[in-house]
Amino acid sequence: MPVTINDVEHVAKLARLELTEAEKEKFSQQLNTILSYMEKLNEPDTTTVEPLSHVIELSNIFREDKVKPSYPKEEMLKNAPARTEKFFKVPKVILER
Amino acid sequence: MVIAIKDVICIKGKMVTCGSRILEHFESPYDATVIQRLNRADGIIIGQTNMDEFAMGSSTENCAYGVVLNPIDETRVPGGSSGGSAVAVAAGMAWTALGSDTGGSIRQPAAFCGIVGLKPTYGRVSRYGLVAFASSFDQIGPFGGCVSDVARVLKVIAGHDPCDSTSAQVPVPDYVKSLTGDVSGLRIGLPKEYYTEALDREINDAIMKKVDVLRLHGAIVKEVSLPYTEYTIAAYYILTTAEASSNLARYDGARYGRRAKGAKDVIELYTRSRSEGFGDEVKRRIMLGTYVLSAGYYEAYYRKGQKVRRLIKEDFDKAFQDVDCLITPTSPTTAFKIGEKVDDPLTMYLSDIYTVSANLAGIPGISIPCGKDHQGLPIGLQILGKQFDEETILRVADFLESDER
Repeated sequence: MPVTINDVEHVAKLARLELTEAEKEKFSQQLNTILSYMEKLNEPDTTTVEPLSHVIELSNIFREDKVKPSYPKEEMLKNAPARTEKFFKVPKVILER
Repeated sequence: MVIAIKDVICIKGKMVTCGSRILEHFESPYDATVIQRLNRADGIIIGQTNMDEFAMGSSTENCAYGVVLNPIDETRVPGGSSGGSAVAVAAGMAWTALGSDTGGSIRQPAAFCGIVGLKPTYGRVSRYGLVAFASSFDQIGPFGGCVSDVARVLKVIAGHDPCDSTSAQVPVPDYVKSLTGDVSGLRIGLPKEYYTEALDREINDAIMKKVDVLRLHGAIVKEVSLPYTEYTIAAYYILTTAEASSNLARYDGARYGRRAKGAKDVIELYTRSRSEGFGDEVKRRIMLGTYVLSAGYYEAYYRKGQKVRRLIKEDFDKAFQDVDCLITPTSPTTAFKIGEKVDDPLTMYLSDIYTVSANLAGIPGISIPCGKDHQGLPIGLQILGKQFDEETILRVADFLESDER
């Protein structure tokens, strides 16, 4: 099932990427090549195989629910591209009607 | 211990770029666990090393900050993604170096640069402070000029860490003591799927010469089978790109890293910051990962990939009932020319054929030098071991190294 330019645009939107027309063209070709190679995975019979999400099969690891010191707020805000005194600053999230 | 650090591991107060424009001014507010441990052992951190952007690549050509050259032949790649770390050791700029290995990113550059590189068992070394690419595959490991250096560094960085819940509560042995030089009675497997007609003759012969030496010293060499080998690349690239697309969602220009100028709303801010900040290969893998996770394709690709991952892991479980370790080539070729594969992502992916299986199965692997080809380029020999049995692969590696001398 070939990946069309429309599919590429849809996936780019999901991934929050903006692609040029040339990139869309290139990615649709390359994704097609790569995904048709991936079709190999349909060869082995996996109907009774459980998916493996983790190689060291751990159950949940809990720690004691105790408040511990965290990193200082100032340190954590140091890399902010824009900030107020205490918060990260971003453009408007809620649009006015 | 003078050590170089791949620029994907956080060092407090230093820029950590991951080879990406999106982190060009990012200064880490904390030390990764491996850095804390090296500091406690009086390690001297001498510098940070270039890499493929977010560790995505097999050649260290996908870097926002320039291509890394192989010191043995500067027209060739050093391998990747930890190319800078391999070169730092190979060129004598550092005694040892740390890299990260998601599908061969320590072992393959070690092979291309003629040094030793170890990927520990998944969970052996804490990933706290390692910038994530594919969380169920990533593992930090050492490079060195010889096996005992690598063993020493592993001893320092290994062990459980409460900050990484996937780091294993398994005791850390003294790896230097495991270098006994004795291989008699050791059962060594040669996976028949790895030694096909397609394998370069020179590489095959160089490895077989080493296998003969092991046999001569009392090792028992057997052929083993890993029947699902042909599906490893497909499973690997589906699962790692899926994990990457999720991990890299954090780069949004809001809290740190590059922010596009003049965005009118927050969605535009995310989209433009990411599009400006990420390079070509990272975008391609995010696209692929988003595609295989998207509605309608999740079952066909991602779920299927996870099922095949289990089959591949079971292949190794079965093989390790009969043998103590496996010997394989590290890479199907020696160092290739700069630019040779950049425009052909699938060919580049296929060059990882011998290394990705260790990450799919979570087992340790080491690459050691194994002679040179007719062009004078180093050949790498890989030894794969059972989960948490780094001791055996280090012992075999050290034995072969002494034989080389």
